Amino acid sequence: MATKLPKTDVVIVGVGWGGGIIASELTKGGLSVVGLERGKERKTEDYYMVHDELRYALRYEMFQDLSRETITFRGNEKIKALPMRSYGSFLLGDGLGGSGVHWNGQTFRFLPYDFEIKSKTIERYGKSKIPDGMTIQDWGITYDQLEPYFNKFEKMTGISGDENPLGGKRSEKYPTPPMKTTPGMKMFSDSCKGLNYHPYHMPSANLSEQYTNPDGIARAACQYCGYCERFGCEYGAKADPVVTVIPVAKNTGKFELRTHSNVRRILHKGGKATGVLYIDTTTGEEYEQPADIVVMTSYVFNNTRLLLMSNIGKPYDPKTGTGVIGRNYAYQVLKGAGVGFFEDKEFNIFAGAGSLGMCIDDFNGDNFDHKDLKFIHGANISYSQTGARPIQNNTVPPGTPTWGKDYKAATVKYANRHINVGAQGSCMPFRHHFLDLDPTYKDEFGDPLMRITFDFEDQDRELVKFMGAKCGDILKQMGADKVVANTELAPYEITTYQSTHNTGGVVMGSSPDTSAVNNYLQMWDTENLFVIGASAFAHNSGYNPTGTMGALSYRAAEGILKYHKNPGSLV
Amino acid sequence: MANETEEQDLKDHKEPDHSRRNFLKNSGYAVGGLIVGGVVGSLLRSPNKSTTNNNNNGNTTEKAPANEAVNFNQALMHFTQEQFLIMEAATERIFPADDNGPGAKELGVAYFIDHQLAGEWGVNGREYMQGPFFKGETTQGYQGRLKRREIFDIGLQEMQNYSNKKFQKKFKDLTPEQQDTVLKAFETDEVKLTTISASGFFKTIFGSTMEGAYADPLYGGNGNMAGWKLKNFPGNQMSYTKIIEQDKFEKMQPVSLREHLPHS
Repeated sequence: MATKLPKTDVVIVGVGWGGGIIASELTKGGLSVVGLERGKERKTEDYYMVHDELRYALRYEMFQDLSRETITFRGNEKIKALPMRSYGSFLLGDGLGGSGVHWNGQTFRFLPYDFEIKSKTIERYGKSKIPDGMTIQDWGITYDQLEPYFNKFEKMTGISGDENPLGGKRSEKYPTPPMKTTPGMKMFSDSCKGLNYHPYHMPSANLSEQYTNPDGIARAACQYCGYCERFGCEYGAKADPVVTVIPVAKNTGKFELRTHSNVRRILHKGGKATGVLYIDTTTGEEYEQPADIVVMTSYVFNNTRLLLMSNIGKPYDPKTGTGVIGRNYAYQVLKGAGVGFFEDKEFNIFAGAGSLGMCIDDFNGDNFDHKDLKFIHGANISYSQTGARPIQNNTVPPGTPTWGKDYKAATVKYANRHINVGAQGSCMPFRHHFLDLDPTYKDEFGDPLMRITFDFEDQDRELVKFMGAKCGDILKQMGADKVVANTELAPYEITTYQSTHNTGGVVMGSSPDTSAVNNYLQMWDTENLFVIGASAFAHNSGYNPTGTMGALSYRAAEGILKYHKNPGSLV
Repeated sequence: MANETEEQDLKDHKEPDHSRRNFLKNSGYAVGGLIVGGVVGSLLRSPNKSTTNNNNNGNTTEKAPANEAVNFNQALMHFTQEQFLIMEAATERIFPADDNGPGAKELGVAYFIDHQLAGEWGVNGREYMQGPFFKGETTQGYQGRLKRREIFDIGLQEMQNYSNKKFQKKFKDLTPEQQDTVLKAFETDEVKLTTISASGFFKTIFGSTMEGAYADPLYGGNGNMAGWKLKNFPGNQMSYTKIIEQDKFEKMQPVSLREHLPHS
C-alpha cells in the first residue's frame, strides 16, 4: 500500500529542461512544486573527470540504465518487436537535468512553415502533394504566437548566434554574439556564399562570452574543449537545466526536488488528475503524491508510456487511424551527408564545441520549391566542429581496408584531414508509425516497455538523395581533394547512433480528434494534466528539437499559472 | 560525501597547480573576482598538482616517479594466459606497429580488453538482458542471451580451434599472414559458428582494439598516450580558445586525466 503524502499545488514528473522550466516559472509565480526525478542528483563538480571518451561516449555514463528499462522496436506491424538491448540509434537521458545535460546545445527555432505545415503545403502545391498515409497536421499554434516564448528560452539559456537570414522573424537579437569561427567554418561559409546560399552561425547554448540571464544566473564562456555531446560541461558554460532553471526554482523555497523517484502511474478520477504514484528506488517504497495539477515532463517515450499505463486519453489505433496517445511518432533523417578529404591541409578538429558550426536553411522547410521533388520539407545543412575524439574519429576514404596496417595508416593520416558536412533531415509522421505498450517485455517493476513501430519512407529516401548531393556540392566548393557524398538511405535500424531527436506520441493540435494536448500542452480530456516535451511535436523539423521544446515549455508554464487562477480549458 | 573527501584530498595537497592557475589567468576565466562555474571555482580554492604543461610551449614532458617503471596494471583480471596471448596477437594484427608508431601490443590493448571484461561491460551490466530471446531482424540489434565475457570465451576458443585445424598451430604461433587469414575468416563469417556470430565477434574485438588504443591511459591501454600521439590528439586539455580560430595545425604534448587529480 502506497504511503499518501501531503498534497502540493503541482507535481512534475521528470526534471530535465521541461521540468526545470515549469518548476522555475511556477515557483516564481508562487506555486509549490514537487519535482520527481527517477535518476540521481547532478552538479557541475561531477565533471572533474569528464574528458573521458570511453566512459561517457562509449560506456554511456550519463544515460538511462537499459537493464532497468528500455524500449522495443520493430520496422513494421508484421514483425515481432524486440528490446533495444544495448545503445545504438538514440541515447536516453537519465538523472537531474535529463538529456538537457548531455546535449550539444544546438538551439534552433522551427520555421513558420512547420507550425502550419499542412495548410501551407496544400496552399502551395495542392492536396496531392501529401502522400497516402502521411499524417502531417497544423500544430494549433503559429510561429508568431510562439515567438515570445522562443525569445524567453533563448534569453534564459543565453544563446549565441547571428540571425538566420531565412528563418522566422525575430523580435530581438540573440542575447550573446556568435561563437568563434574556425577555418573549417569559414570555408563552409565561403563555399555556401559562392553557391548563393545563406550561411549563418549555428545558434549555440555553449556561450560565446560570459552571460548573466534575466533570472540572475551567471555562466562562463565556452572553452572549446571538444567534450559536449554525451558529456556534462565542467565549466557550466553549456546551458543545462542544472545550471540555469533548477537553481532558480530552488531559490524560491517553493521547489522540492526528490531524486530516485520513479513515477509509475498518473492517478486520476472523474476526468481529473489527482496526483502520481511513484517508487523510491533506493528503498522500494511506494508513495502517492497528490497534487492540484500534474505536469508530465519526462522524455517522449515515458510521457507516452505513462499515459497509456494510466489509461488516460484514447490510445492510438493504426488500423482505424483514430485515438491520439502514441500518434505521429517521428524521428530525424540524417543520412544525407558528405565527407571531404584534404591531402595537404590539417584542421584542429580535436578542438570544438557542441554547437560550434555554420549552417544554411536554403533547403529546409519550404524555403525552396518542392514542385518537382518527391518529398516535402527539408533539412538544415551544416558543418559543425564538435571535437573529433580519437576512438570514434576514424574517417577514411572508401576502398580503405577495414583493419590492419593500411587501415591504421589511413586513420592516422586523415584524423585531422577531413571535414564532414551533414543534413539534419526533417521526418514526417505516417499512419503506421506509432508508439504503444509492448505486449511481452517489461521494465524492472514489471510494467510494459514502450514499443516503437517505425521505418523510413520514400519521402525520407528522396530527401536523403537530394540533401546528400547538396552536401557533396558544398564540399567540392570547399576545395576538398576527394568528396564522398552519401545519398542512400537503408531501412531504419536501432544499432548505430543517428540522433536522440525522437518526437510525437502526445501531439498538440487544434482538435481532440487528432491531438492529445492543446497549444498550452494541456490534455484535452484531463484539464489539470499538462504534457510537456517533444512528445507534443506533430512532426519533426529539419532542426534539433530543444529550442522549440523550450519555447513550448514556457508557453505551457504561462498556461498552468492561468489555469491555477482560473481552472478550465485554456483554449 | 565524495565531494568532501575530494576537498580534503585537495587541502592536504601542498604543491600549487601551475597549469590550472595559468589557465585561469590566461583564459580570463575569473572575471573581476567573479568566478562562474562550479569546477573552476573549486580549482581556485583548492589547487591541485599537475606535472603536465597545459599551455603548449612544448618543452615540458611528464615526469613519472621512478617506481612507475614497473607497470602494475599489466596483470589479468579475466583472461586465462592462453586467452590473453590470442588476444594480444589478434589485436596487434588489427592495429599493428608500423612507421607511424606503436601497435596494439605496445599500447597494452589486450590488458585494456581484459580489464574491461572484468567489469560491468563484460557482464552487460547496464544492458537489457531479460528474456524471452528471439533471433530478430538485423535492424533490431543483438538479441542473444550470452554476455560479453562468454562471447569472448567462446570466440577466442573458436579462433584457437580454427588455427589448429587450418594450420596445426595455436593462433599466437602463426605467422602474421596466417593470423590475418584467421581474422579474415571470422570477419567474413567464413568460419561457421553455432553459438555466436563470427563476424559479430570480430566486430567486437575490432571495436575493443580501437578503444584500447585510444581511451585514456587510465584504463590500461594507450600506453604513454602513444595512441593519442599517433593522431596528434592532445588528450584532455583545459581549453582551446587560443587556437580555435587558428589556421595552422597545432601539435601539443597530450595531457591525460591523471593530471586532474592530486598525486603526491
